[in-house]
Amino acid sequence: MDINNLSYEQAASRLGEIVAHLEKGNLPLSESLGLFEEGTALMKHCTELLDKAEQKVVMLKKGADGTPEELPFEVES
Amino acid sequence: MDSKVYTVSELNAFIKELFDATPPFAQIAVRGELSNYKIYPSGHHYFTIKDSESSLKCVMFKSSAVKLRFRPESGMSVTAFGRLSVYPRDGAYQLYCSGLMPEGTGDLQIAFEQLKRKLSEEGLFDPTHKKPLPRYPKKIAIITSSAGAAVHDMIRILSHRWPMTKVVLLPVRVQGVEAPPEIVGAIRYANRYRVADLIITGRGGGSIEDLWAFNDERVARAIYASDLPVISAVGHEPDVTISDYVADARASTPSNAAEIAVPDMTEEREALYSCGIRASQAMDRRLKQLRTELEQFRSRRVLQDASAYLDDRRIELDHLRDKLISAMENELARKKHNQVALAASLDAMSPLRVLTRGYTMATNESGEIVWRTADLTPGDRLRLRLSDGSAAVTVDSIDGESI
Repeated sequence: MDINNLSYEQAASRLGEIVAHLEKGNLPLSESLGLFEEGTALMKHCTELLDKAEQKVVMLKKGADGTPEELPFEVES
Repeated sequence: MDSKVYTVSELNAFIKELFDATPPFAQIAVRGELSNYKIYPSGHHYFTIKDSESSLKCVMFKSSAVKLRFRPESGMSVTAFGRLSVYPRDGAYQLYCSGLMPEGTGDLQIAFEQLKRKLSEEGLFDPTHKKPLPRYPKKIAIITSSAGAAVHDMIRILSHRWPMTKVVLLPVRVQGVEAPPEIVGAIRYANRYRVADLIITGRGGGSIEDLWAFNDERVARAIYASDLPVISAVGHEPDVTISDYVADARASTPSNAAEIAVPDMTEEREALYSCGIRASQAMDRRLKQLRTELEQFRSRRVLQDASAYLDDRRIELDHLRDKLISAMENELARKKHNQVALAASLDAMSPLRVLTRGYTMATNESGEIVWRTADLTPGDRLRLRLSDGSAAVTVDSIDGESI
């Protein structure tokens, strides 16, 4: 599974699991190292998602066939 | 003439059945003047409501009486709400009162109380029906006026707290006769096309008449029927509407709805940071524990006779561990003063960084780290971890088998 494709929610929840595993402290060293590496990558991914997040705001309009169409909506700064 | 002769009990029970089977009696409002108002030590209230011609006996049980927002007294003009039924012991009908409102309360307020009671009895406010809000909503549908300040307040706070959420505005009128059907239509539309995973509906403050669309029964039922969770955000702090009762979450203002809807990015970063610290500390403890085990192993008599080759390997391994631990300790100490470059420094803290200093780590086919020659047989396939990747190798021969 490619960490970069995970949503924030998925990554944050996996990170929580990893920390809990590591804190149990009974894993073989190689497994601990693997989890630690994965945790570091997950944290980096989450931080990047937060850093580059940019709010999108649209206004919905009912299209001719009833399905939603997105229109720009001017946001006050 | 009916030849049946009833006992008094039978007759009173019969009359009670007639009352209880008469739908208007189940929820009735009556206006009049309070008289003979008595509060018993049990907490139940007994009184009479009268006008110039007639009077009606009433009882209000403690469970309803504790919710009164004023102190009723004889002589006050009120509207009483409740159920009309018969008290069979006395053969007297009376109002089982569930609420009282003093005179001067407007018609809208009375309509509000009546609708609130009706929907409450139908179970529309039932906590078990309330849906949990998504922790990290991906899209939020805002159903409100595109013109008011409320929509901009909400967008500003959402963007400040959690810009990862996309905001989808469904513009509707929020006051006037067209408002309730438009709000209902937007709630249904949002559900039908799953335009979001959370709905916020509401408007900024105003008079009771301005907020009235959110006391509309059709709006209440649409919120109840929504599969998507709904946050109701109407008016200012003290304003409470029917929508607030039926929604999955009630916000005191539109801005407050935005706070309830999404997590705060700053807090989320702190939580990530604390995950990093906990992971590092757990690794640190694990490595210290392994080093202790290794030292005990080395101090055993038999190993002191081991070949120079094995000593070298052990020293190398020991150094590797020392370096891992000191690298982590240094990083941890440094990080206490520097919480900024979180992700980058955690990467640097990785025990694998030590590999860049020329050490390698060998793992067997099950991924376990190889410590001792005793774990090896010629022909074993190993993976060597180097600083920039790994290599597969095969064991040709094993030295140091003498121990």
